Amino acid sequence: MQMPEPNLSVLSRKARIVSRLLEVLPNDAVIHDEAETRAYECDALTAYRCPPLVAVLPSTTQEVADVLRICHAEGVPVVPRGSGTSLAGGALPTADCVILGVARMNDVIEVDYDNRFVRVQSGRTNLSVTGAVEADGFFYAPDPSSQLACAIAGNIAMNSGGAHCLKYGVTTNNLLGVTMVLMDGTVVELGGAHMDAGGLDLLGVICGSEGQLGVVTEATLRILPKPEGARPVLMGYDSNEVAGQVVSDIIKAGVLPVAIEFMDRPCIRATEAFAKAGYPDCEALLIVEVEGSDAEIDEQLALITEIARRHNPVELRESTSAEESARIWLGRKSAFGAMGQINDYMCLDGTIPVSQLPYVLRRIGEMSKEYGLGVGNVFHAGDGNMHPLILFDANKPGDLEKCEAFGADILRLCVEVGGCLTGEHGVGIEKRDLMVDQFEPDDLDIQMSVKDVFDPQWLLNPAKVFPLGSSETRRSQALAAE
Amino acid sequence: MMTPQNEAELADLVAAAAGPFRIVGGGTRPVGRPVEGDTLSAAKMSGIVDYEPGALTLVARAGTPVEEIEAALAAEGQRLPFEPMDHRGLLGTSGIPTIGGVVAANVSGPRRMAVGAARDFLLGVRFVDGMGRRLKNGGRVMKNVTGYDLVKLAAGSYGTLGVLTEVSFKVLPVPETIATLELSVADGAVAQVAMTRALTSPFEVSGAAVLPGEARLRVILRLEGFAGSVAYRAEQLSALLADLGTVSRIEDAAANAALWQGVRDVVALSGCDLVWRVSATARDLRAGVLEPLQAKTNSLVQLDWAGALGWIGMTAAQAEATGGAKAVHERIQQMVADRAAVPGGGHATLIKGPDDLRADVSVFQPEAPAVAALAQGVRAKFDPKGIFNPGLMG
Ligand SMILES: Cc1cc2nc3c(=O)[nH]c(=O)nc-3n(C[C@H](O)[C@H](O)[C@H](O)COP(=O)(O)OP(=O)(O)OC[C@H]3O[C@@H](n4cnc5c(N)ncnc54)[C@H](O)[C@@H]3O)c2cc1C
Repeated sequence: MQMPEPNLSVLSRKARIVSRLLEVLPNDAVIHDEAETRAYECDALTAYRCPPLVAVLPSTTQEVADVLRICHAEGVPVVPRGSGTSLAGGALPTADCVILGVARMNDVIEVDYDNRFVRVQSGRTNLSVTGAVEADGFFYAPDPSSQLACAIAGNIAMNSGGAHCLKYGVTTNNLLGVTMVLMDGTVVELGGAHMDAGGLDLLGVICGSEGQLGVVTEATLRILPKPEGARPVLMGYDSNEVAGQVVSDIIKAGVLPVAIEFMDRPCIRATEAFAKAGYPDCEALLIVEVEGSDAEIDEQLALITEIARRHNPVELRESTSAEESARIWLGRKSAFGAMGQINDYMCLDGTIPVSQLPYVLRRIGEMSKEYGLGVGNVFHAGDGNMHPLILFDANKPGDLEKCEAFGADILRLCVEVGGCLTGEHGVGIEKRDLMVDQFEPDDLDIQMSVKDVFDPQWLLNPAKVFPLGSSETRRSQALAAE
Repeated sequence: MMTPQNEAELADLVAAAAGPFRIVGGGTRPVGRPVEGDTLSAAKMSGIVDYEPGALTLVARAGTPVEEIEAALAAEGQRLPFEPMDHRGLLGTSGIPTIGGVVAANVSGPRRMAVGAARDFLLGVRFVDGMGRRLKNGGRVMKNVTGYDLVKLAAGSYGTLGVLTEVSFKVLPVPETIATLELSVADGAVAQVAMTRALTSPFEVSGAAVLPGEARLRVILRLEGFAGSVAYRAEQLSALLADLGTVSRIEDAAANAALWQGVRDVVALSGCDLVWRVSATARDLRAGVLEPLQAKTNSLVQLDWAGALGWIGMTAAQAEATGGAKAVHERIQQMVADRAAVPGGGHATLIKGPDDLRADVSVFQPEAPAVAALAQGVRAKFDPKGIFNPGLMG
């Protein structure tokens, strides 16, 4: 993956930049020793690493603004960082950048149950947002599998989703407002605790802008009262086509499950060997979860299992206890870990129209043979968001490149059938160069022109999202103007 | 009036013209500062392009009548979940509302509170920008984070960024049963207690409104879903509210549909000459705007979104008695600004008022300078010649 050449002028000014940062931050919040900056050399896309020039860990919006003002004046690129769990390389540094980590900013600022929102500092982890309100019967809905670690800041930057977003939506549908610092140090409030924008919906663009428009320091999030209960049902089928049809029939029947998860045979086998969740050995497995009181759950599950039976399942298991529910979810939740036991893997994230599911799975199977690399599929079937996991051996020369080429082909296939390159992980560097397969040059230009407004010098996370060739004029003009 | 037949024709027209343009769909929602310019109508770019009920997605050209879309969805037992308002009754306009107009004004009804607004169900847009470029963003799949989300930006941009040509939506099934619980209360404080209790319960209320009445207020709470579930939740919720008054239940489907359509279209205020739409938390709206305002003026108020959306209506005479419409307008926007916990934490928009008033005031809530500068910057990128509805949003 190509990254821009580091700016030599910035590298040569390291000492001065560090001393200016030390004027506005405590000593322990400025990390510049080369042994220590290594801790920030990558995110969860570990194939790519590069220690930053400096990493800073501010504690307040004011400190973030001070840091950005200095970096702006010095012409230093800034890469915002939450918890570093991005799978797309969104938080990957360049050698000439300051990593601005919000990990120390994790306070709960305000909880308002009557108006159903919570305001937190952006470094707070996703799960601990729910943690702050669950004793009182509330929760924050978006639940990425990484929720124990990932920060709200990263969730907002990537517009993250989760298993339960079929019913509750993704981050953007649950985000009410942000406090954000622009690259020049200006602090802006976008949105608030109310439910819609009074002018242009700038908040809507910030969510999913991958740290390229501003540094989010606080967020107002919608919270919801917890449902009375939830229960999953597991079903196994002999073919992907039939499982796909079941998904479509459930949706058409008017039930709105909170989650419909799908796993294919390679993934089922791997998780079975790893987690022993008691999954059937079949071609396709579905986990469908519904919520409500016991009676409401019974009502919905009766309908769902009736649909399931019509399609001759090889297995149909309705949970009857909390332990059984946990076991049904166990395999799904350990799917990534299980695949990781077999080999190194790359996790993809394309979305397709639900009707294209069987075709796309068949094509992936064929490509897997052509490339000679194994692949398992686990995904959010209700919304067509696929996560093919390609297995490769990082120690085998050429394997990573082969895996990346295979991955790119799968994502192009997603676009070809009417879908997109990424459903929830973001573009980062991983899908950056594929953007031209989904967008015309003008479509990319209008997106980049939004960045021109928020960050005219292209200093914030500049080497991500847009193919380097597409953004080059803008980045070099900004450099020349400096 | 210019009526391009398709996107290509529209693009050529925009690229060649000097403008400015007043962009309309069906012309049923003349919201914002009146625009001087040639009328450019999207109405001829019409028709459903693609509808997959099993995938819950629908794609339509921007000029497609909303009723055509609703009919196609209804035939499959589905609907636009965000319940877009029909402005004709309130604003006294005629014409055929289009889906592009719904998007351009981010029009959302009572269910917004529970499931999201038009912008939340909008999956993709095609539009022509101020340079005549044909652009797309988003797509027709339910989860998509590929590049910046200009879809959200298009929703609620009132034609100031581009002319929409095609929009795609996520849709949802129509639930089997609907029921409404009704409670008559003495004042706004009790009404708010009822709504807050309902919304902080796990019983999934999909509408919570307060309608103005003669002496007392009518609180209505909507439940939707499978029959057994609705019956159960109605039972639980009635018990939860019992100490606030007698809870009655409306179960007839047609009566429910009519009731909520009335809330959606704000018919209670259709006799008013002036109407403001105020969006703030229930807390800020009641204590910061409604209570001080109602202490001094005669006005008609409908609350929606469990108290987080207020519709305030006055006759011209009532406004005159309170210092004039302009003064009332400025006062309402000032009260919102003063009350909001963070700058910009709520807003008031003059939805209905005479042209000369709308030309004279800031129809939309003024934004903080740094935010206004960003919005202006974005507009200048999408429409560098300033030819799309110039000045409409301020
Ligand atoms: C095992 C595993 C499972 C996962 N499961 C899911 C899943 O189910 N759903 C899903 O959507 N994702 C998932 N992810 C991906 C990842 O967790 C999400 O993208 C997450 O939101 C990243 O959050 P983070 O705090 O770690 O962000 P980081 O990785 O630190 O950064 C991500 C992006 O956010 C930007 N950013 C960070 N902080 C700020 C800020 N303050 N202001 C502006 N921009 C900022 C960064 O520059 C970067 O572009 C998974 C990852 C792993 C490793």
